[in-house]
Formats: sequence, C-alpha cells, structure tokens
Amino acid sequence: MTNIKINLPTEHCETCPAFTQLEQMGIKVGDFDRVIALAGNPNTGKSTLFNALTGLKQHTGNWPGKTVTRAEGGFQFNHVKYKLVDLPGTYSLLSASQDEEVARDFILFGQPSCTIVVTDATALERNLNLVMQVMEITDKVVVAVNLMDEARRKGIEVDARSLARDLGVPAVPVTARTGEGIATLLSTVAEVIEGKIAVKPMRVEGTPEFQKAVNELVPMIESMAPGIPNARWLAIRLLDGDARVQKAITSGELGGIVQRQRQADAQFSRKMSVEGRQ
Amino acid sequence: METISPNDILAKAETLRNSLSTGFRDEIVKSIYSEAERVAHRAVKTASDKKYDLDQKIDRLVTSPWTGLPLMLVLLGIIIWLTVSGANVASEAIANLLFGLGDLGRNLFNQIGAPWWITGFIWDGVYLGLAWVISVMLPPMAIFFPAFTFLEDLGYLPRVAFNLDWLFKKAGAHGKQSLTMAMGFGCNAAGVVATRVIDSPRERLIAILTNNFVPCNGRFPTLIMLATVFVASAFPPALTSFIAAGTVVGVVLIGVAFTFFMSWLLSRTVLKGEASAFTLELPPYRKPNLGRILYTSIIDRTIFVLWRAMQTAAPAGAIIWILANIPYGDANLARAIADWLNPFGLILGLDGVILLAYIIAIPANEIVVPTMMMVYMGAGMMIDGPGTSAGIFDLLVNGNGWTMLTAVNLMLFALLHNPCATTIMTIYKETKSWKWATVSVVITLGLAFLVTFLTASVARLLGWA
Repeated sequence: MTNIKINLPTEHCETCPAFTQLEQMGIKVGDFDRVIALAGNPNTGKSTLFNALTGLKQHTGNWPGKTVTRAEGGFQFNHVKYKLVDLPGTYSLLSASQDEEVARDFILFGQPSCTIVVTDATALERNLNLVMQVMEITDKVVVAVNLMDEARRKGIEVDARSLARDLGVPAVPVTARTGEGIATLLSTVAEVIEGKIAVKPMRVEGTPEFQKAVNELVPMIESMAPGIPNARWLAIRLLDGDARVQKAITSGELGGIVQRQRQADAQFSRKMSVEGRQ
Repeated sequence: METISPNDILAKAETLRNSLSTGFRDEIVKSIYSEAERVAHRAVKTASDKKYDLDQKIDRLVTSPWTGLPLMLVLLGIIIWLTVSGANVASEAIANLLFGLGDLGRNLFNQIGAPWWITGFIWDGVYLGLAWVISVMLPPMAIFFPAFTFLEDLGYLPRVAFNLDWLFKKAGAHGKQSLTMAMGFGCNAAGVVATRVIDSPRERLIAILTNNFVPCNGRFPTLIMLATVFVASAFPPALTSFIAAGTVVGVVLIGVAFTFFMSWLLSRTVLKGEASAFTLELPPYRKPNLGRILYTSIIDRTIFVLWRAMQTAAPAGAIIWILANIPYGDANLARAIADWLNPFGLILGLDGVILLAYIIAIPANEIVVPTMMMVYMGAGMMIDGPGTSAGIFDLLVNGNGWTMLTAVNLMLFALLHNPCATTIMTIYKETKSWKWATVSVVITLGLAFLVTFLTASVARLLGWA
C-alpha cells in the first residue's frame, strides 16, 4: 500500500537498540499502548512525519494551516503499539483560534505519553517558542529537528546536543521526507516514555512575585479537581485571564474534562476507523 | 477539609493578577523569546555566504507589487488552458466510449427481450447520467487537480495570500481568506473547512459566506463546456483553446471580484469590523514529490469527487428518466415542469430546463450539465456524437433556442448560485447555525438572480438578444 521507505539502519544493527521493524498500521488504531502527539509550527513537515510513520496518506501541502483538525494513525515500533495524533500546526498555544485550541486541548487534557514537537531546522529560533510553550504544559517532550536536508542545502548546521542540553529534553535531527533519523527519534521517544531518559524541561520562571502567585493557585486548582494534569499551566493561564480556562473552571467541568477528552478520543478513533478519511 | 469553589479560584486569580505588576505577561513572553534566541544561537551555525539564496530571489519576483499579480494571472491562465485543451479531447473520447457501451447495453437488453421500462430506466436513465458525469467531469479534474496540487506542494499558495492581502484588507476581511478561497477552487466544502485558520469569528464568517463565489471543480466543467462550445466557436479553430481558457479565467476573475465585493459589503453591514493583522510565513519552496502529488490529486481528490458526483448522478439520471417518461398533457412531466419554469427562466436569460437541472442538481453541482442534456434530449432520443462540441452546439442552439445570452448567463449563474448541499451542510457544521447556512444560500441565490436578470435586461434593451 505504501510507497514511503523508512531507511532503517543496516549495519551493526543486532546490538543497536534502534534496530527494529517499524510497522505502519494506518488507521487501524483499535488498541494501542501509547499515545504520541505531534505538535509544531505550521509547515515544518508534521504531516510528512505522520505519513512516514503511519503509512497513511494525509495530504501534505506546503502552506501554513493545512491541517486544521487532528488526524490519527497507528504504528508499531519495537513491538509496542502507538497511536499518533497529528495536531494542527500553530505558532503558539496562547491565542483562541480553533486550530490552536485543538492542539492545546489535546496536549493538556489528552495526556499523550509523549509529545513530539516538530521543528524546522532552517528556522529554529522561531520554532523554539512553541517548543517552550509545549514544555510549559508537559514534561514528556522530544524535539524533532526536521528538514535537515533543507538546512544542509542552505549551509545551516544544527547542534542537536547543545539544543538538548539547553532545553532539557532530547532533540533528534531528522528528515521526515527521506526517513533519515526516524528510527532514532522513535527509540528516543520510547526511552523518554519509559523514563530511561530523564527530562527536565527548561521553564521560564518569571518574576518572583509571579512565581509566588502561581504557587498560591496551584494547590487550589488541585484540590478542586483532583488528578488534574498540569495545574501549574492552568494557574498561569488563569493569571493571564484566559477566558476558556476560566470557563472550564466556573462551569465545574474541569474535573470532567479529562474524562470527556478520553471519551472524545475513543469516539474519534472509532470514527476514523469507520470512515478512514477526514 | 474545606472545599474550594470555582469562584474562589477565579477571585483569587483576579486578586493575584491585579497585585502583579502590569507587565508580567509581556515579561514572560519576552523571556520565552530571549531564551529561544539564546538556545537557537548556541545550537545553529549558518554559513553566511549562502544567506541570499534562490528562494529569496524568486520571492522578490513572485511577491513584488509589479510582477506578483500578473504572474498569478499567468499561472491561473496556464492551469486553466491545460485543463481546457486537455479535457476537450479526453472528454470526447470518453463520451464516445461510454455512449457506445450504452448502445451495446441497450441492444443487449432489447435482444433478450427485457421490458422497455427496465431497459430505459437502466440505460437511458441511470447509465446515461453516469456516462455524462464521468465524461464531463473526469478529464478536467484529472488535469486541474494535479496542477493545483503541484503549486500547493511547491509553496506557492502563501505567496498568493501575500499578494492579495491588501485587497482583502481593503474589503475588511482577513488576508488568509485568499488561502481558503484557493481551496474553494478544489471544493467549496473544503474551502469552508479551511477557514478554521482564521482566528476572528467575524472574518471567518465572511470567508465562509463568500467562499462559494470561486467556482469549484464541480462547476468548472460547466464553464469549460460553455466557453468552448459557445464563446470559442466564434473564433478560428487554432485559437479555440486559448479563447475558451481566457473566457474561463474571465469568469473566475468575476467570481473573485464578487468575493471582494461581498466581503466588503458584509464587513460594512452585518459583520462590521476592522481587518485584523496576522503574520504570514512564506515557507521555503520545496521540490514537489511527484508520486505524492499524483496520489493526492488523483485518489484523494479526483476519484473522491467523481465518486461523490456519481452517487448523485445515478439517482438524478433515474429521476430524469422517470419524469421524462410520465406522460403529461401532450408531452411528459419533465417537459411540463420545464415549461412551467420557463417564463421565470427567460426573465433571467436562461430557460426552464436549466432551472429544472439546477433544482435536480442541488445535491451536487457537478450534474447540472448532464441533467440539462438529458432533459433536452428527452426520453432516450439520441443525437449524433453527443460528446462533441458540434453535437452539443446543435442540440442547444438549433434544437432548443439557445443564444449567446443563454450561455453567458448560465456561466454567471453557475458562478454565483447557491452552494451544493454538501457545502451548505458544512457551513452549518462549521458555524453551528442554520441562520448562517440560510444566509449563505440567500446571498448567493439572490445575487445569481439579480445579476442574470440585469444582464438579460440590458442585453434585451440593447437588442443583443
């Protein structure tokens, strides 16, 4: 069915943890062990990476805002089944447009096992803004530095180690179009999920008074909605006067959101496997 | 343990927010940016000599105020010319093949002695509807979609948005509306969904309500056929494809003009407001992946749209056959309905059959031409070479009294009239409001009636028709 080739390593592989069969599972995502979210700025090749991993043919277009809804697909790596959720490309997670809301709600409430932030190696600085915003919401982040081929063509070198050291999360250079680096990306994701790689995301601290305000709000949110993920981020959004988060709190649905999001995900997966396209 | 109510949290957040110095938000955003800059600076090494690369040179040409718009027109012209000239030949070949197969099928049914109504229903109704829709639609789509997808993959669409931004801004609409407008050329329902990239609800509504003014692929075949058969036939054969393509480009430009006009009107009346600013990234040009373009455009777009058209064409063919075979007065029911609609049609410079075809084609605009042809041809009456331009010209002009006015007004009507059922449903889903779905129908249909009425009246006053 597929014409995408993933270049898996061919030498010295027996002992290499990356040596494995990637099995593209398309939309058959009935049961899966882990959920991975794909976030990133528009036009960084998220959909290309999504297609390469799942074997699906989500349309990739070279214009920002192509993916406005979530797409889901599955793949198997090292005998673990993953569900991959392709989020709309966004520059930030702050404003209220629908595509940003879809992305942000999923990272926040969908509780993916890991979020891959796809970045454009040729425009890393701008892309890092979103990386840092995602890291505000979740710890389990792997940065995929995509479009390495384009960067090389333009004479741009990216030091992934320096990037990872500064960000506190792994950074893997890839070229989704050719499959370069994808095996490493997947094994890195697996290791982050399994806790073999410790992540310590860099977070902007803000002023001491801001820190204090956040620390006062967090316990209140946690006691109102026990088990809520990312109370810190919610507190920051409340301080920022985010209308949607305020609404979620007043309507008393905050606790229910986690539940609802899971139901919606289940429904969405069912729908996908019935319709097979968006 | 004391329980904390939601309002406590909000009140607390409010107090804390007020206690913070006003700039705390900017402070955080600023430190995110400066951290990002610092991290990126450490990780990225750029060879300086390659800084001004080809992309920028091309962009200077493609997005310049002087060359940008003409270049866009040339590209649009090339795509439509490829579509028109290629589709013409292929449509004729497919029509000959499919109508030939239909004759074979009909003869076979006659030989085995099937009742006339079974033979008629299947071969002159359902099959004929399918044969028409495939021969009229498949070739233009199979050329237009790959060409469009090629430009999309190349990275040209954001440049279009860049070039048209000032016009949309003048109209009080969002610059990204040019992206959704471009998607509308493929399918208006897809264009309506694409408006999700527009943040402001007001500007998004404008983009949704005006998306229908660019002809989708379901309507292109109608325009192409009319441009080829009527406009271009008045010129020497060597020029046919250029004249036809030029005509279609003209119609598209009229549609774009209406998009601007309606956006302007809406943003001055019911959807008042200023155009919001936005950042638009011009992505690097990328070498399009030919295999993927073909897959996307042929499987995801062409076959998908054609399949949808066939699903409506088959029942529509059946309905027309039934209507054409129920005796009513001297003729049949289809004729009777068409005759009843005729006075109204004539006022608009159209006729009753055209209006009947549009009513039957509400589920999908693709089947307007096939429906029209089948009603004109009546119950099973065939003309010579039904797929050729000459055959169609003969049927319409000599057989049914069409004039140039009919052709021009049908093109205008095809451009402006109401969205297909799928698009209306999509508008409802996206706006969650029957009101806006209804408004979209009222605006477009009202405008279509108004414009065709005006052109017909002017043409008659001046003695052209």
